Amino acid sequence: MAIQDPEEVTVRSAIRALCAGVVAAGLACSPAVAQQKLKIGFITTLSGPQGVIGEDMKNSVELALDNLGRKVGGLDTEVIYGDDQVKPDVGKQLADEMLKKHQVDFVAGVIWSNVLLAVAPTVTDAGKLMISTNAGPHQLAGKECNERFFSTSWQNDQTPEAMGKYMSDQGITDVYVMAPNYAAGKDMVTGFKRYFKGKIVDEVYTKLGQADYQAEISQLRAKNPKALFVFYPGGMGIQFMRQYAQAGLRQQIPLYSVYTADELSLPAVKEAALGQWETRFWSPDLQVPANEKFVAYYRKKYGKTPSFYGAQSYDGIMLIDSAVRAVKGNLKDQKGMIAAMRKANFESIRGKFTYNVNHFPIENFYLLKVVPGPGDVPQMKIEKTVFENHKDSYYKECGMKW
Amino acid sequence: MNLVLLLEQTLNGLQLGVMLFLMAAGLTLVFGIMNLVNLAHGSLYMVGAYLSVALFNLTGSYPLAVLLALAGTLAVGMIVEIVALRTLYERDHLDQVLATFGLILFFNELVAILWGRAALYTTMPAWLSGQLELFAGVRYPTYRAAIIVVGIAVAVLLWYVVTRTRLGMLIRAGASNRTMVAALGVNIRLLYTVVFGFGAALAGLAGLMAGPIYTVQPGMGEDVLIEVFVVIVIGGIGSIRGALAGALIVGMVDTLGRAFLKPVLATVLSPTAAESAGPALASMLIYLLMAAVLAVRPAGLFPARG
Amino acid sequence: MHAHARTLTIAVVLAALAAVPPLAALLGQPFYLDLFRRIMIFAIAALSLNLILGYGGLVSFGHAAYLGIGAYAVGILAHHGIHNGFLQFGAAIVASAAVALVIGAVSIRTSGVYFIMITLAFTQMLFYLGISVGEYGGDDGMRLAGRTRFAGLLDLRDATPFYYFVLAILAAFLYLVHRLVNSRFGMVLRATKSNEARTRAIGFSPYLYKLAAFVIAGAMCGVAGALFVNQTAYLTPAFMNWTRSGEIMFMVILGGMSTLIGPVLGAAALLLLEDLLQSWTQHWQLILGPILVLVVLFAKRGLAGLLPGAARNE
Repeated sequence: MAIQDPEEVTVRSAIRALCAGVVAAGLACSPAVAQQKLKIGFITTLSGPQGVIGEDMKNSVELALDNLGRKVGGLDTEVIYGDDQVKPDVGKQLADEMLKKHQVDFVAGVIWSNVLLAVAPTVTDAGKLMISTNAGPHQLAGKECNERFFSTSWQNDQTPEAMGKYMSDQGITDVYVMAPNYAAGKDMVTGFKRYFKGKIVDEVYTKLGQADYQAEISQLRAKNPKALFVFYPGGMGIQFMRQYAQAGLRQQIPLYSVYTADELSLPAVKEAALGQWETRFWSPDLQVPANEKFVAYYRKKYGKTPSFYGAQSYDGIMLIDSAVRAVKGNLKDQKGMIAAMRKANFESIRGKFTYNVNHFPIENFYLLKVVPGPGDVPQMKIEKTVFENHKDSYYKECGMKW
Repeated sequence: MNLVLLLEQTLNGLQLGVMLFLMAAGLTLVFGIMNLVNLAHGSLYMVGAYLSVALFNLTGSYPLAVLLALAGTLAVGMIVEIVALRTLYERDHLDQVLATFGLILFFNELVAILWGRAALYTTMPAWLSGQLELFAGVRYPTYRAAIIVVGIAVAVLLWYVVTRTRLGMLIRAGASNRTMVAALGVNIRLLYTVVFGFGAALAGLAGLMAGPIYTVQPGMGEDVLIEVFVVIVIGGIGSIRGALAGALIVGMVDTLGRAFLKPVLATVLSPTAAESAGPALASMLIYLLMAAVLAVRPAGLFPARG
Repeated sequence: MHAHARTLTIAVVLAALAAVPPLAALLGQPFYLDLFRRIMIFAIAALSLNLILGYGGLVSFGHAAYLGIGAYAVGILAHHGIHNGFLQFGAAIVASAAVALVIGAVSIRTSGVYFIMITLAFTQMLFYLGISVGEYGGDDGMRLAGRTRFAGLLDLRDATPFYYFVLAILAAFLYLVHRLVNSRFGMVLRATKSNEARTRAIGFSPYLYKLAAFVIAGAMCGVAGALFVNQTAYLTPAFMNWTRSGEIMFMVILGGMSTLIGPVLGAAALLLLEDLLQSWTQHWQLILGPILVLVVLFAKRGLAGLLPGAARNE
């Protein structure tokens, strides 16, 4: 090995040290924090196939900001977005960064239950407010409820509970149940069974992320159930719905689902989803003035229909707005903000609702059907109300009182 | 467990095996001839799917879209080979794995930029979308039956090309001794490019056939990729016979496992135990199978060399 | 000359890391303490992989499994009320070593791509197993019931002592790897990487040496896992995903395989780069992908190769 020229080494080392110094200085610099600014950290998934959900949420947040003139609660607002890559430890690191580096006042968002279970305690332990605009794991509704945590969506079990109730009321029996084999899948089935009193022919859990359901479809056809209840979010749902239709079973065995047919998956399956039933707390056609405005704005600005992920995120910003407004911009008055949020005194896209002791909404749940829409993309339409002012099943385990 | 169901599940296993074979054949060919581990094979599958959807929307004709998509994937494959992969032949497998992994990230984002992250809508022509009434009262989707037919046809075609044509002879010679082949005056570089393009076209075929039944979205290749690697490892790397055997075995085991493992377990365990053990075991089954095969035959079932 | 330069580099890096907490406090940016602590934990994982990958030539795509096993060992004990650090870390080491022994015993019989695939398969199996077992949260994961405590000496809940604890372990492992690699054991290991047949001809059993290295690496990564779960205060089977193995592998390559300081540099570079890029654009993978390809193709010696005194380790 040739001996390096000492002078060259010194020069190189010096340059290297200089570069390191510049980098360190660059990292250390952060924009001066203006006192009257509101900072909100928004954690969602922006990359990968699930990025399509994050896109919808981000669009809705931006829409809310535009409608408020970029001032939430009267204060100039900055939203810092983070991409959790569907990983709980990345979500937690984002939360740490938002809290310590950007010094946000609120953290909102989070699609996935396992990410939320890592992020929410981080935020609340740091003394800041956490607004979940999607995930609703039962732990946070029950034993681990926290006064700094609010949800503008639902508790995971509530949506399948509504489907269980509807199918029970209709006297539907001999139901075949399918879901992916992971925590959310099992929760959905638990919620369903809590209200469904009929006979369940079989409960099948498929591999998470499975693409081909032909084998399971053959099995269920052999069992000859009267109805099928499934939970297949995202890409799994698109594949399942398509393959179900291709097997010719749509007309034979009616399909009831939760979080499977939605505004994000319908454009990919189109007519293959027609006639499917879902339950949800909201639909784009829900006749509430705030909702009609939201959907109209969204369609105009982005050229497509918003999903429930977006609607929930929109509400998240409006909730924060109501809180900051109530304390007249005094962000240090956290007790005041919490008291204001508990009143749910804002124009929600779901209509008027109240908060339960565990800071989860008490809201209606509707039966939706996939019907033909404008163009060739079907849409969701509300058929009837299944639950009015439905409470989740875990609030009794929550020790909060107010 | 009635006979009709068993027959239907066998067909399902066959169909899954055939799809895996199309992917595995291309991958194992490239590995056997060029000693290249190509993780981006899944990206070529994705390219085939995306091209077929885009071209169908453009031309409105399914046969035309299929042909153009195949040609397109072939072209993309050859370009990737010339631009990015040539430098990798001399490298060790680790470098190849990592470099092609980087390619995956790149392709996924590129596709997301061109077509967005949302899954694309795909459709199939009306004459393929019904069901067939097969023997013994088995109703099987026409499209899936078509996949089986195409897969078998490709297997036969491959066998013919490899054993009966000059190109096939060059391929087999190149697999055993590439320096000698080059010394005999054959343009090895061209051969490699052609073989890679061929493999890419096979992946593209699998992709365009998968389009109507699976989701077409960025990253769709990675879900299949691991299974395909399991197939060629079980079958033996570098051998098409191994790819076929491995693909059929994996397809069958996976399908029958998903369908019958829980009921079978329920006969020996309690229903609740079978409830949780069944799906858990079914998702791990092909990995267990691979570990078992490798424990007994560390080079797979039909390795190409010796 | 070169050995001294290398030691100097390592000393400089460790000193720089030691300076982070006071610097962060001075600048009022406590976040950087967390960030660099995370970098150090991954550096330990990368260090352990480098032992078998860089020096042993074993391309294990399943290394993230031990991160998960270490994390779960601590998490499960904490769940049942055991917060004693000695017990927890002891369990993490024993569990990881045991699993590494089993996986290694089967996998090391194969070689090349087969080895890569089988290690990948084992990780996937553990991942699906973790998802299916609802007892410890399944894929929802589990919150860490309480931070590790070392009998009045140290509570990992305190940010700065935790940081220095990780730094101490990193330094200790660097020393351990240095001694291992330069011992007779290490020489045989490196010999099996460059020419296995000759090594066997001399009379050593490559299989046993590789297996031993595999188990040691697994145990070290288990410690990284135990630290990781204290860092995130949360654990999920996602720790064991094969893509995470790929990330750790990239850190090793990026930093420079078969060098001592390489994994540390690689971990720092990759995590800092990710953090930086993703704040710019959601399409950051479009940039990261080609960067990784270029590094593999043209900067084989990695970042460590850029430093003065970088010698080829033959």
